[in-house]
Amino acid sequence: MIDFRPTATDEAMLARLHAEALICRRHARAFDEREAEMIPDVLPEAAAFEAEAKANPLPKPGPDDTPPAVMMMLQTMAAYWGDYSVRLRRSTSGGLGNAALMAAGTEAQKAKWGQLLLSMAITEPGCGSDPSRVSTTAVLDEQTNEWILNGEKIFVTTGIRADGVVLWATLDKSAGRAGIKSFLVVKGTPGFDVPHKEKKLGIRADDTAAYVFRDCRIPRENLLGGDESIPKQSSGGFRGVMKTFNMTRPLTAAMGLGIAEAALDATREALTEAGVELDWATGPGGMGRLSAAAERFMRLETLFEASKWTVLQCAWMAGKGLPNNLESSVSKAHAGSAVRQITQGCIEILGAMGISREHLFEKWMRDSRITDIYEGTGEIQRLIIARGLLDYTRDDLK
Amino acid sequence: MISFEMTEEQTLVRDSMREFAAAEIRKRARSADEESAVPAELLATTWSLGLTSTQLPEAFGGAGEARSCVTNAIVLEELAHGDAALAIAALSPSLFANAILDHGSEAQKKAHLPRFAGARFVTGSLAVCEPAPLADGSRPRCIAEAKNGTYVLSGRKSLVAMGDRATHFLVTAREGSELGAYIVPRDAVGLTVGPLEKNMGLRALPTTSLLLERVELPAESKLGEAGGANVQAVLDASRVALAAVMLGVSRAVLEYCVPYAKDRVAFDEAIAKKQAIAFRLADMHIEQHAMRQLVWRAASLLEHGLDATRAAWQARCYAAEKSMWIADNGVQVLGGHGFIREHPVEMWFRHARTLGVAEGLVAL
Ligand SMILES: Cc1cc2nc3c(=O)[nH]c(=O)nc-3n(C[C@H](O)[C@H](O)[C@H](O)COP(=O)(O)OP(=O)(O)OC[C@H]3O[C@@H](n4cnc5c(N)ncnc54)[C@H](O)[C@@H]3O)c2cc1C
Repeated sequence: MIDFRPTATDEAMLARLHAEALICRRHARAFDEREAEMIPDVLPEAAAFEAEAKANPLPKPGPDDTPPAVMMMLQTMAAYWGDYSVRLRRSTSGGLGNAALMAAGTEAQKAKWGQLLLSMAITEPGCGSDPSRVSTTAVLDEQTNEWILNGEKIFVTTGIRADGVVLWATLDKSAGRAGIKSFLVVKGTPGFDVPHKEKKLGIRADDTAAYVFRDCRIPRENLLGGDESIPKQSSGGFRGVMKTFNMTRPLTAAMGLGIAEAALDATREALTEAGVELDWATGPGGMGRLSAAAERFMRLETLFEASKWTVLQCAWMAGKGLPNNLESSVSKAHAGSAVRQITQGCIEILGAMGISREHLFEKWMRDSRITDIYEGTGEIQRLIIARGLLDYTRDDLK
Repeated sequence: MISFEMTEEQTLVRDSMREFAAAEIRKRARSADEESAVPAELLATTWSLGLTSTQLPEAFGGAGEARSCVTNAIVLEELAHGDAALAIAALSPSLFANAILDHGSEAQKKAHLPRFAGARFVTGSLAVCEPAPLADGSRPRCIAEAKNGTYVLSGRKSLVAMGDRATHFLVTAREGSELGAYIVPRDAVGLTVGPLEKNMGLRALPTTSLLLERVELPAESKLGEAGGANVQAVLDASRVALAAVMLGVSRAVLEYCVPYAKDRVAFDEAIAKKQAIAFRLADMHIEQHAMRQLVWRAASLLEHGLDATRAAWQARCYAAEKSMWIADNGVQVLGGHGFIREHPVEMWFRHARTLGVAEGLVAL
């Protein structure tokens, strides 16, 4: 049955996460200002919070509660409602590379590397949106049974903390997409350097890194999935990696929406304090009676809800095992532009208070800006959606 | 539990309504718009489908089927995909009947509901809009004064759907600071039903104004009688219903534009291969998809009897803004042909603007 009501168990879980998020938020500004520092894996408040949580265990979710895939989005929103990067206790697994390993690795590879924190390096100085242009090369040394990697990767999320990376490199540039394979490279391998942490507009506490590979040798069995052949026609291997986007795209959307919700909640509080009334009973003819700030805010909140439920619908499909390729691009595209409008709009409503670094509004605007860029820009999502609608191939529309 | 799973029944209803709209509604839309008249045979056909009567309790002559606001939103989207004006006309009996069913006293239900279970099309209406700038459904200027066990209504209403043939009007008015609704029979002394209004869109939907000059009504005319009723909930439901109609119009535009853009050639290739067009289509798809989530959410809250005022505002506002955007861009995708009445997009463009400012035209 179509139902939009979270259960009491769902809400208890989210309330706990919101409480935790508020602790993280206390540290948000400091780590934004001290970009060069790595944020701690464990916050000083962690032990006390966890002890209290243990003393008050949450009810166990059952079959009548919201399905896990949908909850995962709500939980992500709740975590990011505190801060984009700071966590009470940061996870040491579950990087973007781990998703790729789970999607494309063999059982042996999953067993061997599953415990590591893995980053994902596709983007290079010369290519981002069009990963078929990847120019990092992998050449097989038949004598030693090793791949020799050469190239440069940039903008690698969790690039500093990661234990290793899933790297895209080409076996044969002339083969285009078909020649691209993923390789697992563990940190410490000679020839694999991490020259710097990128300096960014927002999410500064995130350790986004640049990687360099110079004659970096890795064992032959580090090719993810193990298939060394270059298919003539299909882009099969490429597709396999693309499939991971069907859950990561709505997740990226949920991250941005968590921040947008934080901005909305704080703006609502400020408006209430200023005596601005949000009259949701107002009909279409009566909009002119609302103050400009009230109407602007109400529309931003509406945009947020539209985006949130679009993301949840997409995750619900994934949880059901339904193909959600189009929906994942829809949710990412929608959230990508929604969070831009929301965080920028809140500042416009608040005025000078919004841009002051005494408050977090300006940080939220900078942090959420990434949503429409990585995991495929808004334009790339629209390409995918349009191809789906029009039944066009990549060559028909690019 | 949050779930987006349509019931088997909802899937069936959606499919059959989609077929019905394609076969019976879409083909009549253009001529009905040109003639500014709703075809009588369409009303008879939709009446025989029992869209209103099946959901009335057996005690009042209905089929007693469970009423689901979400299912009704799905029905509205599908019928409006055929045509918004005709969908609203066909469902107009629910406008009056559902308000009585949800908020009326037992006596009011007994007095008014059996009418809607008969063999021939009858309709009542809901009078919310007023012909004044900044007129707000939740704050009517129309006033009701309680006087010696009667109510006296004074004011003006406009955009009253099916005003030319409704047997009764449910008129919203302010009683002191309270929002009330009053059942006004067509022949009430002091009530003047105006001539058919001339609107930009929804031309096939007959609408009229009402002039209420000290219309004296017996005490039992107030919806819910002495205790009154949650009239805001009636407005909320009607706002969500309008949003569902706008959703149907939006999808109609998108689905018309996609094959057109693949077919139309300019500069040696289909215009759909140009990103300026392709991205516009993508955005139309994104927005109608997001609109549907807001419509279903508000409908689901209403279905469970929860306060849906905020969700209804959001669904209606989003649908109004985005359906206008979609229809506007639909015209642009067709270029000059979009401006010509041979294609339906100009009609949908007029519909969208009209629906976005209307209130009280349709119920869930
Ligand atoms: C903080 C951060 C973290 C990141 N994390 C990772 C990571 O972990 N791993 C990783 O591999 N990458 C990561 N990225 C890279 C990110 O995915 C790319 O930046 C993104 O895909 C865009 O690529 P680009 O920067 O090269 O832009 P370009 O591809 O140069 O695009 C520039 C502009 O052109 C538009 N454009 C491009 N192609 C088209 C087209 N066909 N039609 C219309 N418009 C088009 C784009 O939308 C964009 O607006 C990260 C980036 C940042 C900033």
